[in-house]
Amino acid sequence: MQPAEHAAIAGSVGPAPEGGEVSSRTGGRSLALDDFLHNKRAMGGCMVVLLLILFCFVGPLIYGTNQTTVNLNLANLPPGGGHPLGTDEYGIDILGRLMVGGQSSLELGFAVAIISTVIGALYGAISGMIGGLVDAFLMRIVDTLLAVPTFILLLIVASMFTLNLLSIILLLSLLSWPYVSRLVRGQVLSLRTREFVQASTTMGSTRMRILFRHMMPNTFNIFIVTTTFAVADAIYSLSALSFLGLGPPPPFADWGTMLTNGVNDLFDSYPWEVYPALIALVVTVLAFRQIGDALNDIASARSTR
Amino acid sequence: MTWYIVRRIGQSVAVIVGVMILTFILVHLEPGSTARAVLGQKATPAKVAIFDNTYGLNRPLPVQFWLYCVHVVHGDFGISYVAGQPVSTLIAQRLPRDAVLIGISTVLALIIGVPMGLYQAIHRGTLRDDIVAGTWFTLYSAPDFMEALLLIAVFSVHFHVLQPSFTGGITSVGGLFADPNAMILPVIVLAINSVAGFSQYMRSSAIEELTQDYIRTARAKGLRERLILTRHLLRNALLPIITILGLSLPNIVAGAVIAEAIFNFPGMGLLFWQSALSHDFPVMLGATLIIGVATVLGNLAADIAYGVIDPRIRHAAG
Repeated sequence: MQPAEHAAIAGSVGPAPEGGEVSSRTGGRSLALDDFLHNKRAMGGCMVVLLLILFCFVGPLIYGTNQTTVNLNLANLPPGGGHPLGTDEYGIDILGRLMVGGQSSLELGFAVAIISTVIGALYGAISGMIGGLVDAFLMRIVDTLLAVPTFILLLIVASMFTLNLLSIILLLSLLSWPYVSRLVRGQVLSLRTREFVQASTTMGSTRMRILFRHMMPNTFNIFIVTTTFAVADAIYSLSALSFLGLGPPPPFADWGTMLTNGVNDLFDSYPWEVYPALIALVVTVLAFRQIGDALNDIASARSTR
Repeated sequence: MTWYIVRRIGQSVAVIVGVMILTFILVHLEPGSTARAVLGQKATPAKVAIFDNTYGLNRPLPVQFWLYCVHVVHGDFGISYVAGQPVSTLIAQRLPRDAVLIGISTVLALIIGVPMGLYQAIHRGTLRDDIVAGTWFTLYSAPDFMEALLLIAVFSVHFHVLQPSFTGGITSVGGLFADPNAMILPVIVLAINSVAGFSQYMRSSAIEELTQDYIRTARAKGLRERLILTRHLLRNALLPIITILGLSLPNIVAGAVIAEAIFNFPGMGLLFWQSALSHDFPVMLGATLIIGVATVLGNLAADIAYGVIDPRIRHAAG
């Protein structure tokens, strides 16, 4: 940027003190919340997610079922009677199993999304802030992890060790942060040249202050979008892992395991053992992707406004 | 442009070394010792020592990494525990078949996705846009393994029109085409996964191009809308798709593992899955390395192609 241009811009915002900037930024944030509350897709997605959480975590308290003991007398019962969605091959109530299975799917989705976003956002922001050779080195690590599909690495580790929910959460978090970090780094790099950051540097702010005060709030748009997508991806990964027979061993239940167990029944004409889990999975993934997509639209609309 | 290509090649080499470090670390994560995995649990300590000495497993880790790199560069990925054959042979047999499968399905996905994205861009914000987007989002959100099974249930079990899986014993690439019927379902499942991504990128790229001045100029000089769309808009809006093609390779490969496992397609994905179930680590790691290198080269090719096609990139990068 030319020095003259610089001066012109600095002049136009010159008199505004730091306090003024802060108030305008909080104004911007409530505007985003307003956009979000008025976006039908975002609110629809949120409603569905809320209902799913209620269904999975509060549901079992109201609709108590036996999810532990096998009862072959009740095996493969069609929907109706005491079992609104029927029973599976071990005589376990499917509606109840859908709730319990959903708990692990949702826990996994939220945990992985939050952990990987925090790691990715910090990593990307720090890499972009430092710049130079360190940045180049840190980004090659990201490229390396992006070059090998997450799912392939997950399969390798799953074949080496027997996994449980906690280890899958940690593993998926460790594998899925690179994408976020690359996006956040890009945003930080473009923010570094912006006037308000340069002004802050001139006023003697430390790098830490610039990072947390100016950079992170402005990358919020990016990582809130990727977080919602990450929830969906994590839930899908676990279900695919279970499907390929490399998921946590029984009695662990998630929607993917239910699908896998139900697959043979699809051809044995017990369709009720497959479709509930399939529909639950599709609805969940779709809801999170809708929220992410709506947030993306809001963010891009705001940046062009 | 030359400097840009040199820089990108340098980055790619660094990433390939990174992928090798990653697979090397994974080799050492393997529980138990390699010697016992190969020789069996009853091997005497003396035999284990000889094995470790022969393969350099008792050397310091940096030396081992150097040996690993030397072997890999010479195309030696180790011996499969299960098949007893060199991993490189197993992979070399399957790689061309995957190229065929992934190639056909990606072309199909582009043929569907690009016009779809263009259609959505032209009718953006209308019900038609929402219906198309909604349909593909739903298909994209449904787990691909379930789509595969539902397709089998409908077309193979119910209507008996398509073959549910490949029969064993295919030994050549040509063997795939001896049975074109069995190719249909795997290709469709893989294509469904990519269409949503391609069409959404095409949509946003086309919407952005539609606001450009050259479109307004073309309209102002009275060019027919059809010509504007095909001659001006399509060409420019297609550019970002090249990058997306390179970037989506890891996803396509991950999808291929699942599709190949279901349809018994004799490719790398099936090999990888079977190795995972039988703890055949040399095969898995060799395949991972190949996938990583393929992705890096794919991205490099996409970036260079982008630079060659788009003069703005070419000149901006000097």
